[in-house]
Amino acid sequence: MEDLGLKIFGAILTTILGFVVGMTYGGIVRKLTARVQNRYGPPFYQNFLDLLKLQFKKTNIAHGFMGHMAPVWIIIAAVTVLMFIPILNGHLWFPNLSFHGDLIFLLYMMVFGSLGMALGAGQTGNPNSAIGVTRGLSQMVGYEIPFVLSLVALMIQYKTTSVQDLTQIQHETGVWLAVANPFAFLAALMASLGMFRYSPFDIVGAPAELASGPVSEFGGKYLGTMMSGGAIFSFIKLTLYVHLFLGGAGNPEKTGIIAILIGLGILLIKTFILYMVPVFYGWINPRYRTEQAIRYFWGWPTALGIIGVLWAVY
Amino acid sequence: MINDKDSQKIVDFIQNFARKQSLFVMAYGTGCGAIEIPATMTSRYDAERFGIRGAATPRQADVLLITGYLATKTLKRVIRVYEQMQEPKYVIGFGSCTINGGMYFDSYNTINALEQYIPVDVYINGCMPRPESVISGFVKLQELIQQGKADNGKKYRENLEWYRANQKKIIKNWKMPDYNW
Repeated sequence: MEDLGLKIFGAILTTILGFVVGMTYGGIVRKLTARVQNRYGPPFYQNFLDLLKLQFKKTNIAHGFMGHMAPVWIIIAAVTVLMFIPILNGHLWFPNLSFHGDLIFLLYMMVFGSLGMALGAGQTGNPNSAIGVTRGLSQMVGYEIPFVLSLVALMIQYKTTSVQDLTQIQHETGVWLAVANPFAFLAALMASLGMFRYSPFDIVGAPAELASGPVSEFGGKYLGTMMSGGAIFSFIKLTLYVHLFLGGAGNPEKTGIIAILIGLGILLIKTFILYMVPVFYGWINPRYRTEQAIRYFWGWPTALGIIGVLWAVY
Repeated sequence: MINDKDSQKIVDFIQNFARKQSLFVMAYGTGCGAIEIPATMTSRYDAERFGIRGAATPRQADVLLITGYLATKTLKRVIRVYEQMQEPKYVIGFGSCTINGGMYFDSYNTINALEQYIPVDVYINGCMPRPESVISGFVKLQELIQQGKADNGKKYRENLEWYRANQKKIIKNWKMPDYNW
């Protein structure tokens, strides 16, 4: 029974951690972008203020059932996926419902939020939303292929489909999988450019052409909930990448409070460096068209992914 | 305890603080005023440091910024945009044209005073107002929000009939959905 209580406490702690870290990273990126553009920029906690304001707004619109459910789906998907991601390697405070095959489960579950968004945006009936959804799903077809190829390469190389096992292998051998299979890592890294939807792959939101795309009919609490879900999702992707490729964080043999803090610190440093990759790439690139984005993903990233699979087989 | 007067004050303070620090602006760029918006948002004047950022659709917007004169045709669109915005919402009239018609005061197809048709919180005068005055207008709006005096949506709801009559006087072919709040 105590074990269950600890797990529930851990689940709440994990959710809060993911939310806070995701939102703060978004705020830091806004500040950094402003500094790059020679502006002063908003404070790093601006995203929290935006969220607070959105939650205080009234909403007098109804777009039907899926319109109400879309933000809920996104946040459900985000929290569910978060429960399957190892935050610290094998630590009790961050419970991990991992099982054999959870990497395949995650592949499916990570698109669940986007699916809810697509259905909700479809019901609003706004043409901008429909175009945004089409673009988003096309882009997903683009980046999922190199992403899946790189994960398949890892699965073949180590004969396991568990994130926990892959992290444990890195912990035991001391060799990061980014070094053990560099091609798979590069393919996954290039796929992450599309996942985070920073420029040049911000074809879904595209405020200038599409009036923010799928969310164009959602304001107030709906938009705020979507923002929180998106923040948790960005934390999920970063943490997953860190645990798959960059050696993970935390030491299963040490469970003291200092070890937790050190583990979290390492996790934050690694995720932040990883997060800067799509952001840096975005600062120097304008927006692609949809077919250019898909061609990008089906070019070098897919080729690298295939090389990664061959590397794993031979 | 919860409905205590002091605790309501604390809630109001937090609400107003969040509202004031995060203004999503729907810039309705009619006329020449739209040219001052990029200057206000970009690196020299940088309105984002006050939490002001552009919103792409009226559903997400808090502030409706009317930049310049309104022709009778565009007034209809402004009213539709304004009515799609969710409360709490604020309106800023930008430039002399929204105050008294400016240089178009005797034109046959522009309106003269914006506040006859939708309630306005803050006016920024000038032809054109420079980015400094635009930012000072926004700061004035933030002060009003913090004091709880900016109740644009409430004003519109309570005086809807008067505003509707004025709007219908200008727009002859009124084919818009009738909302009832």
